[in-house]
Amino acid sequence: MKKFRKIIEKFIEAVLFSSSTITSLTVILIIIFLFKEGIGLFKSSPLEKNYVIEVSKKNPVKELNATQLKAIFNQDITNWSLVGGNNDSIILFTTSNITDYYSEEELGSNLEHLNEKMGEFIIQHPNAIMYISSKSLPVGFGGHNVKVKDISVNDFIFGKQWYPTSEPIPSYGIWPMIIGTLMVTLGALLIAIPLGISTAIFMAEVAHIRIRNVLKPVIELLSGIPSVVFGFFGLIIIVPMIQQTFHLVVGETVLAGSIILGIMALPTIITITEDALRTTPQSLKEASLALGATRWQTLVRVVIPYSKSGISTAIILGIGRAIGETMAVLMVTGNASNIPHSFLVPTRTIPATIAAELGEVSYGGLHFKALFALGIVLFLFTIIINLTVEFVKNSGKRSRA
Amino acid sequence: MIQASAKNINVWYGDFLALKEINMSFEPNSVTALIGPSGCGKSTFLRLFNRMNDLISNFKLEGKITVNDKDIYAKDVKIDEIRKSIGMVFQKPNPFPKSIYENVAYGLRVNGVNDRRTLDETVERSLKQAALWDEVKDNLKKSAMSISGGQQQRLCIARALAVEPSLILMDEPASALDPISTAKIEELIFELKKEFTIIIVTHNLQQAGRISDYTGFFYLGELIEHDKTQKMFLNPSQERTQNYITGRFG
Repeated sequence: MKKFRKIIEKFIEAVLFSSSTITSLTVILIIIFLFKEGIGLFKSSPLEKNYVIEVSKKNPVKELNATQLKAIFNQDITNWSLVGGNNDSIILFTTSNITDYYSEEELGSNLEHLNEKMGEFIIQHPNAIMYISSKSLPVGFGGHNVKVKDISVNDFIFGKQWYPTSEPIPSYGIWPMIIGTLMVTLGALLIAIPLGISTAIFMAEVAHIRIRNVLKPVIELLSGIPSVVFGFFGLIIIVPMIQQTFHLVVGETVLAGSIILGIMALPTIITITEDALRTTPQSLKEASLALGATRWQTLVRVVIPYSKSGISTAIILGIGRAIGETMAVLMVTGNASNIPHSFLVPTRTIPATIAAELGEVSYGGLHFKALFALGIVLFLFTIIINLTVEFVKNSGKRSRA
Repeated sequence: MIQASAKNINVWYGDFLALKEINMSFEPNSVTALIGPSGCGKSTFLRLFNRMNDLISNFKLEGKITVNDKDIYAKDVKIDEIRKSIGMVFQKPNPFPKSIYENVAYGLRVNGVNDRRTLDETVERSLKQAALWDEVKDNLKKSAMSISGGQQQRLCIARALAVEPSLILMDEPASALDPISTAKIEELIFELKKEFTIIIVTHNLQQAGRISDYTGFFYLGELIEHDKTQKMFLNPSQERTQNYITGRFG
C-alpha cells in the first residue's frame, strides 16, 4: 500500500514537472521563432529573392542604397551624375516594361529568346539600369551587378514609409505605426484613467454594497466581450459619430481607436484599482477617521497613497491591454500608414498591420520578415511594460515595509 | 462630575443583540478598564464613544451616549467633529506609512492646520507626552514603519494626543507588544491620567489591576459589575465576576 502511494506521488511529480517544462519550452520557442524570423530582415538585401540590379560594364556606379534606387525607379532621379555616375540620362528597364522594347515574336512564345535579348539590350543602351531575374542573364552578359545596401535597423525604425510590396524596392519604415500606436494608446489612457479610477473609487469607497455587487460583475463582463464586437460597435456607432461631430471626410480616426481602446482598458484599470484600494487595511482607515478626518480626507490622504503602487500597476496594465489590441483598432482607425498629426486623422497601429498583412505575404519573404520584425517591436513594448509593473510593485512593497 | 456616560444602551448587529441595557459613567481623570471574555461586547461598547461602529452596515443603537454632556448620537451632530475630541488607540499599532512627523501632524492637517510652527510645537508636545520624543527627535523624517512595534504604539498614542482630546479610548493597546514595551505603555497610561480620561479594553487582568481606577466586567453583552478596581478584584459582589477573575472561566 505504502509502495503504491509512493509510485503515485512520483507519477504526479513527473506530470507536474513535464507540463511546466513543456509550457516554458513553448514560450521560449515562440520567442526564438519571432526573433529568428524578424532579425532576418536586417541581414538581407531589400530586393526580391533572385532579382538583381544590373548596369552596363561601362557604368562606374557599383553600389546604390535603397533610397537612391527608389528615386531612380520613381523617376525622381533621371541622371546618372546624381548617384555618382557619368553625366548621362537613365533608362529604366524592368521585366514589366520589357514589351516597350521587344515584341512578343522577338522574345519567342515561351520567352526562349529572353536571355539573348537582355544581353543585346545592355550593349545597345549603356545608360540603362535593369531590374531583372538573375536567371534571365545570358552567358557573357555585358553588364555588371550593382550592390544594394542591406536594410538597416535605423531605416526600419525611423523610416517614414511603409510600402511593403512596391517594385523594385519595398520600404519598410515603421515610424508612422510606432507613433500611431503610441497616440491611440495615449488617447485611450486619457479616456480610461479618469473614468476607471473614479469608478474604482466609487465602487470601493462610496457605493452601497448592493450597488457594488451589481456593478462589479457588469464591469468584469465588459472584459469578456470579444474585441471584434467592440470593433463592430465602434464602426457602427463611434465612427459615424466622430465623422458628424467634427465634419470629417472619414470617421475612422485615432480618436475612434482611442475611444474603443479606452472602453476596452476600463475593466483592467477598474478591477485592479478597486482591488488595490480595498487592500488598504481597515485599521488605517479607522485610525484616520478616529482623528476626525472625513471620509474624503481619509480617501485622499490614506487610501489613495497606500494603494499608489496598485493604481500605477492598473494603469500600466491598461496600457498593455491597449497597445497589443488588434482587431478592434484595425476596424476603426482607417489603416493609413502615415504619421498622425492630430487625433482626427486615420492611422494604423503595429498589431493591426500584422493582422491585416500577414495573410497576403509569401512565407519567408522580406515582407513576411518585416511583419515579424514589427512583432519584435511590439514584444519589446510589452516587455518594457511588464518590467515597469514589476518595478512599481516592488517599490510599493519597499515603501510599506 | 461626569466626563462620559452611557444610558440604557442596547446595540444590535442585525438581529443579534450585542449589548443589553448598559448603564455606565466615567469620571474625569480616571482610568476605567473593561474586562471580560472574548465576544462579550466590551470592544463594541468602547467603540460607541467615537462612533466607530457606524462603519458597520447593520449596526443599530438604542439609548444615549454623552461625552462632555453632549449627546454624540444626536441628529445634528457632525461625526468627524465629535471624533476630534476623542482619541483612540487600537489593538495593533497602525501608524500611517508616512514619516513620524506626519503621523503626529495628521489630526491637525485634516483640520486645516498647516502653520509650520503650530505643527512643530504640537508634534514635540505630543511625542513628549507619549514618552517617545527622546527616542525619535533626531529622526522625525524617518518612516513610521521603520521603528519598533512598541515605539509605533506610542507614536499612535502621540497621534491621538495631538488633537487634544478629552477622552482617550484604548482597545487592548498592549496585546501585540512584548513585556518591556507593555510596561512602557502602562507607565504612560499612568502619566496620561493626569490630563485625560481613559477607557481601556484589556484581556490582561493583571494589567487591569495595575493601571485602572475602575473596572467594568462584561459578560455576554451585559455589564455584570462595575466598581472600584480594588473592590472588584478583592471583594466582588457578583459570583460571575469572582469566577472570571479567579480564572474559573473565560
